[in-house]
Amino acid sequence: MSTRLVLILAWLLTAESLVRADSPNFNRDIRPILSDRCFACHGPDEATREADLRLDQAASATEERDGYHAVSPGDSGGSEVIRRVISADDDLRMPPPEFGEPLTVAEIELLRQWIDAGGEYAQHWSLAPLHRPSIPTPAATELVANPVDAFILRRLEAERLLPGPPADPRTLLRRLAYDLTGLPPDGDMVDAFVADPSPDAYRTLVAALLNSPHHGERMATYWLDLVRYADTLGYHGDQEQSVWPYRDYVIDAFNQNKPFDQFTIEQLAGDLLPDPTLAQRVASTYNRLNRSSGEGGVQPKEYLAKYSADRVRTTGAVWLGSTFGCAECHDHKFDDYTAKDFYSFAAFFADIKEEGIIRNAVHIEQLPVPTPAQQRRMSELDAEIAVAQAEFDERSDVKLKAFEQWKRRVAESQGNWKLVRPVTATSEGGATLSIGHDGSVLASGDNPAEDAYLITATLPIERIAAVRLELLPDDSLPAKGPGRAGNGNLVLQSLELEVAGRTVEWTTASATHTQAQHSPEFVITGNRVGWAILPQTGQPHQFVLVAKEAAKFESDDRTAMIRLGQRFGSGHNVGKFRIYVAAEVADEPESAIALPELLTIFETDESQRTDEQRERLWDAFRQQSELHAATRDRLRSLQDERTTLQRSVPTTLATTATTPREIRVLPRGDWMNDSGELVEPALPHFLPAGSLAERVASGERLNRLDLARWMVDRENPVVARTMVNRLWMLFFGNGISRSVDDLGSQGEVPSHPELIDWLAAEFIESGWDVRHIIRLLVGSATYQRSSTPTAAQTEADPFNRLLARQSRWRYDAEPVRDNALAVSGLLERKVGGRSARPYQPPGYWRQLNFPMREYEADTGSNQYRRGLYTHWQRTFLHPSLLAFDAPPREECTARRDRSNTPVQALVLLNDPSYVEAATALAARVLRASDDDFENRLETLFRMALARKPRPTETQVLGDLYQRDLAEFREDGARAAALVSVGQGESDDALDDAEWAAWTGVCRAVLNLHESIMRY
Amino acid sequence: MANRKSVKASVRQAVDAQSRRSFLRRTSLGIGPLALWSLLKEDESAFAETADVTRGVLARPHHPAKVKRVIHLYMAGGPSHLETFDEKPVLREMHGQEMPRSLTDGQQVAQLQGQSLNALAPQFDFKSFGQSGQRICELFPEIGSVADDLCIVRSMHTDQINHDPAHLLFNTGSAMAGRPSMGSWVLYGLGQECDDLPGFVVLTSVGKGGQAQPIAARQWHSGFLPSRYQGVQFHSTGAPVLYLNRPDGVSERQQRDLVTAVNTLNAEFDGLVEDPEIATRIQQYEMAFRMQTSVPTLTDLSGESEKTLEAYGTQGGDGTFASNCLLARRLLEQGVRFVQVYHRAWDHHGAIKRSMEITAKEVDQATAALIRDLKERGLYDDTLIIWGGEFGRTPMAQGSGRDHHIQGFSLVLSGGGVRTGTSYGATDDFGYNAVTDRTHVRDFHATLLHLLGIDHHKFTYRFQGLDFKLTGVEEARVVKGILA
Repeated sequence: MSTRLVLILAWLLTAESLVRADSPNFNRDIRPILSDRCFACHGPDEATREADLRLDQAASATEERDGYHAVSPGDSGGSEVIRRVISADDDLRMPPPEFGEPLTVAEIELLRQWIDAGGEYAQHWSLAPLHRPSIPTPAATELVANPVDAFILRRLEAERLLPGPPADPRTLLRRLAYDLTGLPPDGDMVDAFVADPSPDAYRTLVAALLNSPHHGERMATYWLDLVRYADTLGYHGDQEQSVWPYRDYVIDAFNQNKPFDQFTIEQLAGDLLPDPTLAQRVASTYNRLNRSSGEGGVQPKEYLAKYSADRVRTTGAVWLGSTFGCAECHDHKFDDYTAKDFYSFAAFFADIKEEGIIRNAVHIEQLPVPTPAQQRRMSELDAEIAVAQAEFDERSDVKLKAFEQWKRRVAESQGNWKLVRPVTATSEGGATLSIGHDGSVLASGDNPAEDAYLITATLPIERIAAVRLELLPDDSLPAKGPGRAGNGNLVLQSLELEVAGRTVEWTTASATHTQAQHSPEFVITGNRVGWAILPQTGQPHQFVLVAKEAAKFESDDRTAMIRLGQRFGSGHNVGKFRIYVAAEVADEPESAIALPELLTIFETDESQRTDEQRERLWDAFRQQSELHAATRDRLRSLQDERTTLQRSVPTTLATTATTPREIRVLPRGDWMNDSGELVEPALPHFLPAGSLAERVASGERLNRLDLARWMVDRENPVVARTMVNRLWMLFFGNGISRSVDDLGSQGEVPSHPELIDWLAAEFIESGWDVRHIIRLLVGSATYQRSSTPTAAQTEADPFNRLLARQSRWRYDAEPVRDNALAVSGLLERKVGGRSARPYQPPGYWRQLNFPMREYEADTGSNQYRRGLYTHWQRTFLHPSLLAFDAPPREECTARRDRSNTPVQALVLLNDPSYVEAATALAARVLRASDDDFENRLETLFRMALARKPRPTETQVLGDLYQRDLAEFREDGARAAALVSVGQGESDDALDDAEWAAWTGVCRAVLNLHESIMRY
Repeated sequence: MANRKSVKASVRQAVDAQSRRSFLRRTSLGIGPLALWSLLKEDESAFAETADVTRGVLARPHHPAKVKRVIHLYMAGGPSHLETFDEKPVLREMHGQEMPRSLTDGQQVAQLQGQSLNALAPQFDFKSFGQSGQRICELFPEIGSVADDLCIVRSMHTDQINHDPAHLLFNTGSAMAGRPSMGSWVLYGLGQECDDLPGFVVLTSVGKGGQAQPIAARQWHSGFLPSRYQGVQFHSTGAPVLYLNRPDGVSERQQRDLVTAVNTLNAEFDGLVEDPEIATRIQQYEMAFRMQTSVPTLTDLSGESEKTLEAYGTQGGDGTFASNCLLARRLLEQGVRFVQVYHRAWDHHGAIKRSMEITAKEVDQATAALIRDLKERGLYDDTLIIWGGEFGRTPMAQGSGRDHHIQGFSLVLSGGGVRTGTSYGATDDFGYNAVTDRTHVRDFHATLLHLLGIDHHKFTYRFQGLDFKLTGVEEARVVKGILA
């Protein structure tokens, strides 16, 4: 007989023995059947309800309908439900054939028993008011370390299953360190605990690990999955966004053991608290962690609807443990959430200041989050700038006199700009260029992806010091131009002017407007990014280039050639333009640059000038005058420093509240349909309002702060249950209800319903003390049991729902990395800061665009940061994290997959991060002991696994070492190549061949299953 | 021996996965018999003798399958149907005039928001090709030469007007992130036939005729399905599969020794802790090691004949669409279940005339060569070939180009089970709305699964309490009119 069959038969027998003597329990036995098989047509969703029958509500199920009852309490024979589920007639039988298979005999039997016993309904377990159950008293009181054990043992005793032995101290400590910090304990810590594994020693270790700054990192890793924290927008170009101060807030919150109610309020509504601290405002970044798009053709209204739905889905999942998101298009099929609940909930977030399209992929409302040092320097600079500015603003007689002289001088030079009238204008790309009477050139016809215009003209002057390109709008152009791209934009990469056979070299470039990142300078350097004008299309612009040295015609022939290069692609070509040249520019280049703007002022008679025009002239003057030079330079350098400092101040997308947008129920989730009812913020209709009841009754508009406080209201039945269930999963591998993402009708009924309620009540009454719950969990004897199953346990409880033993699982993606870095000594233990970039295969970001980007790995110690700090690129998550099931964080992830794939083997074998960890570990081993192989192997095992090698290991790894060593001795170059993977370097103190061979042994150890498992 | 072990391991894995599902599905230990029966039922199939290494979840197809593998030539960016497969003489007459308001009012627009909507004449002529006389744009003479092997669907429509969500919808049936891609679904259902290559492979190329719009890994992600059903990208430069290459300085023998040592020690450890995951881990290290040989062999096109290279129009290994088509054929030959060949070059907002000329040249010859090649090698009759993008382009001008368009576009099918030498459905005279036999992306998904022997209604996966389908909850139909 196959293993599988044995397993199933064993389970069958056990399960039979588990059949309870008592009658079926509605929540445990009946609701799952009704929900899964009946609710879709006879449940909460009014739109799809058949026969006006709700089997989720006692009243509807038991009411009289034309002489019969769907459920007739106490009388299964007289219940239509039973008649219909057993009917042999396809037309009568429920569920209908197209909906699914008939109910099984066992299911029908349960229904019968339930009805015969009275057909009593009960409120769904997760929604029932939370009362603290009394702690049971199991027989084996000596096995009870704390109340958690009492609940677990009571069930084990009922199922007649023996709890397993305690884990050995080494395994227990490795488990504890992993669970509390995500890092392995060091050898000394293990030795000490093995020597004294007393409960006191254990308690001390728990306290030490909880106080470690790495505890916050470990807890944050999970929380960041829930709130879908990432470093990029998520849609389309998936550009970077700065939100990492929020990540650090989360780490800090867990390190401070911030009460969960406060943690909740700060994230949902930190900005609305009275006089919020910087940290509280940073916390409100939670509301803006949704994916967002900078794609050009985004319809803002559509995306605002997407963001809004995303928030409801996520907040519903994070705090309410619900699949609230299902109610976006229709009332929930299984739970009580209606579509109106969904949009009313969305209305809580309608006050968030945001835009549907993230223009140029730059968010509005970025909150600077300076460090204390940055803040200090900033105030100093502000004071110094104020002094310099006052000096600069001062209008002394001397300065005013010089101003008058300057105006005269510049006025004289205004005539300098001379129009260039083209003789010919041709397009290399095949566009039609026509020359107008006013000397302008207009493009029409074909608009090739890239183009270059060639202009020939006889220049009006013989000396050329500067050239000015004037861009003109025109009705014939898309969006009125002046460019030919669909949005009226253009991108200029070069302007070549050939005078007397020589190409003029430019020194400065300036323009009246410049699109972000498209600097005028690029026209000089020929950078492909070029100069562009978004969003100021449909209006004229000036672009000026100043020659390094004025060019001169040597003869009377003043024919010149001008070439405008436009190589951006997709038709970003110039639509209409005119060209001017000047023989002189004022002494300082600034005057030439300012000229196009000042032209009209100088054309206006002095007495007619407006105050604003006068001020502009004054400003132009003091930007150039010698008299101002010293102050100007000082001011500029102070301002430069301030700008640089400002730029280095991190920002986050904190929430700013504004006038709430209108929110309507969107029929079938259709954002274009405005026919739905207008809604105001409201709590899900079926959940108790708790202390918010008065506010609700008053009819005042509720806000996010109300919502946040309601979440952690004593009467809210779901939030505490959701959180303790997830904490349980972190320490036992599965939730008490395994469906940690759905505590609704379709979720799993908890294996220990009283325990989840007891913990939830304890959580609230402890003041939402997360660490208190963690101490209870890891302090239990249940937690400290061995995870190796006995034969009886495997047979009776293959999936360990009863917890006669601990569970075991593969490390999450980040700790897989952290472990290798920690044991090799490479790990940078700094907490917080900008996201880090570990090695990544070149070209992995090839599919990204706007802009195209190359990944640059961090250097120095930043290369060795913990996995949770890895730059989280939503559309292309770091491949070695992805391989170990890290989620892209586009949606809330409450539980990760734990796969076992060949790609994981490739990562551990070949990713330079792991190879470098092996070389570093090998070097550590070699430096720590210069003895024989076996001593060194012991050192290695102590570092990597905190145990001694077994004989087979010594033999197998010894063979591996000898063969590798021989090969590396023969080919020293290969040894050198291996030990210098990553940032590694040859070390004179180490023999390359020996080091490389030990690297092989270390790679083997880091690849062991045991190295990535929590037992 | 290794084989035994692999089978044992995969069985244990299947037990895990299936019991997990059954467990979620049912409640807790109290229910017993029901879950057990379903386990026993699935158990039979898990033990059936089979050549497959990774068993699909479907023990047998819902109905006889017409094809067993799929190649999707994914024209990313949204090719204009009006310059490929949908001839619109009326649009030519309309050139420059405003489009009828009755069509455009209240409809979604992307970059043309707030601008006048004037017709842009088709930029090229169409010709009749093959015995079937199918009308295809003159830019595609090679595709035209296999016109009798094509079924042109001219009545596609979709819901999402921006690239990112439109790609997601086309790949997963939903614009919401987190759902499995169609390749993952197929692999999950049918498993794979080779033990040294992934069952779902993604290749990409860019063109010279316009902006290369970004694509995202979620387009081949397994969503809520187990991660092993994810598509694996093959790269044209660097390691063909990420992390495939040995570290610098390590010889093949050393790597082999290392893997053997790891597997030996893991096996010993299994004896101590009785952890079924270890058997799987050992098997995965074996597969990883095999991939280090099989993948480079497969991606090395130098063994292909001069004639073949010429037919595709590539010297191979240059990362072009043509080279990827040839590589795709090699993957299909090896038993890879689902291959996507993205060509990121079709987003022609401006200068569509010039861009179409360039882009058509990049794909025309290789597409036709692939169809002929599959025929010559006897793979054509059980392969489904798909050619198309995430949406079409507006009949309206955007400068000299066209904007995104979702109410009507074309998709081309070829291969086994497809009614070829014919077309299906039609758009209106302007090429704006699909009007005859409107075919939603979901209908395409239903049809794709149907050809693979899968009933899209019955092919579900339980996640967060719901039985999810590739075709989602909205109505979806198998498009009978395109089936042979």
